[in-house]
Amino acid sequence: MTERAHLAVVGAGPAGLAGALAAADRGVRVTLVDAAEQAGGQFYRQPARALGARRPEALHHQWRTWRRLREGIERHIAAGRITHLTDHHVWAVQRASDSSFTVYALRGPAEEEGATVRADAVLLATGGYERVLPFPGWTLPGVVTAGGAQAMLKGALVLPGRRVVVAGTGPLLLPVATGLAAAGARVAALVESAAPVALLRGAPALAAEPGKLAEGAWYAGQLMRHRIRTLSRHSVVEAHGTDRLTAVTVAALRNDGRIRPGSARRISCDTLAVGHGMLPHTDLAETLGCTLSGPTGTAVRVDDEQRTDVPGVWAAGETTGIGGAALALAEGHIAGRSIAARLRGVAPDPRSWAASARARARLRRFFAALEAAYAPPAGWADRLTDDTVVCRCEEVTAGAVRTAARSLGAGDLRTVKLFTRAGMGWCQGRMCAPAVAGLTGCPLTAGRRPFARPVPLGVLAALPDD
Amino acid sequence: MNPLELARSRPGEAFTVTFDDRPVPAVPGQTVAAVLWAAGVTAWRSTRGAGRPRGVFCGIGVCFDCLVTVNGRPNQRACLVPVRPGDAIRTQEGTGHDDD
Repeated sequence: MTERAHLAVVGAGPAGLAGALAAADRGVRVTLVDAAEQAGGQFYRQPARALGARRPEALHHQWRTWRRLREGIERHIAAGRITHLTDHHVWAVQRASDSSFTVYALRGPAEEEGATVRADAVLLATGGYERVLPFPGWTLPGVVTAGGAQAMLKGALVLPGRRVVVAGTGPLLLPVATGLAAAGARVAALVESAAPVALLRGAPALAAEPGKLAEGAWYAGQLMRHRIRTLSRHSVVEAHGTDRLTAVTVAALRNDGRIRPGSARRISCDTLAVGHGMLPHTDLAETLGCTLSGPTGTAVRVDDEQRTDVPGVWAAGETTGIGGAALALAEGHIAGRSIAARLRGVAPDPRSWAASARARARLRRFFAALEAAYAPPAGWADRLTDDTVVCRCEEVTAGAVRTAARSLGAGDLRTVKLFTRAGMGWCQGRMCAPAVAGLTGCPLTAGRRPFARPVPLGVLAALPDD
Repeated sequence: MNPLELARSRPGEAFTVTFDDRPVPAVPGQTVAAVLWAAGVTAWRSTRGAGRPRGVFCGIGVCFDCLVTVNGRPNQRACLVPVRPGDAIRTQEGTGHDDD
């Protein structure tokens, strides 16, 4: 008896769930490996079970889609076709000489115990994380990422403070501001550096998504309902406080991205939720040797079937380029169908996923237009004072990073790191790399880390020798 | 309105943990960071270099800024670790080990 082909899906957000579903529907045995207590990823992050939330949908959008996904996954789990490994933090995926894969994970929140999953194919659905560009005061307690404030609200049902300024750029700021307000926070301002006119420039691609237009209109209504003041073409230029945040200074931006003189004003707040768009999580793909591409060279490159250029490895969702939950669902679905066919040794028929392929094409165009509209304001790097900490882990200042590039001649992120330790700490440059790149003019290259997260030596020592 | 009301949450029985020896209320399912935020605490680490206060930044386990000592074990990410009754949470100074 031969065992059924086995797929390991890394990440249980929209892309991973859609992929797992599509593959399991077609007879593939699936192991879903995810770091969270429950499926959902960031977009559908669920309140911890023990919190007994009877109306989690109050914190969410597109709940019906989530219910459909969840019910499908639960059906397959009950039938033994999908195994869901929760609280498993994957730190590496390795391809053996016989083309099989081993997924290495750390179990539980303690992350002291190892676990491995063997598979014939891998779907990387590792999602993304937020890019935050530094500014004076951004390391003060009370300054959190916009996505982080949202994650803590959705997962732990807690607010970061009472009076919040939401700032930065990108479509995430809208749900964060309105979500925090609906949960009882006073949102003192929504500060968006992009101009409404920038959105109009992408109008054809944006207007091709009527659903997204309706979503925008809904958010506009929510902003009014919660009396949230929106300051577009504005930026937070400094966060104030000694041991915690007490206020921010915001200023208007000119068309060239520079500060409009005399426009600075102070807004008191105990929380600043800030973000400048998203970046793909690509560590596992990099270790496997997958080629990265995309506009910034930091997304996993895939073909029309969502295959990476490493045989047996597929990727879907934010890891292949930031594009939101609907795009992740389409990509995951295509990947799952492709995997089911390829594991049987046959070429899939792309016509069977034509609707998903159309959605994918449309949404990719939409997000490309959005990304152009929501680019961080020009000149943000010049506004960084020399004493502003850029690398939060190693406490490396903008001045030190500038010196490394200008006086010591560092021409890439790795050399800057060797000179200054920027990017050498706990987060391995995930937080500071975009800032260091912007400050020095070095390209934002992928990190090439053998481990996607810190691994205890005991776990490595206990690995079998094969 | 608060988030628990919004989601119509009915958590299990509340319990107490300590933060720097001070009792702090908690409910099952909360993370260490959630318990501290709910108690109005935003910082529970001082950095190795400048000794500056830090707390939650990314909220999803990526940035490691929210490191904290729980039951004597340093370098726990407060945004990921769930609380248990009787947990002793302490501000983490530097590396959290007595080596600096």
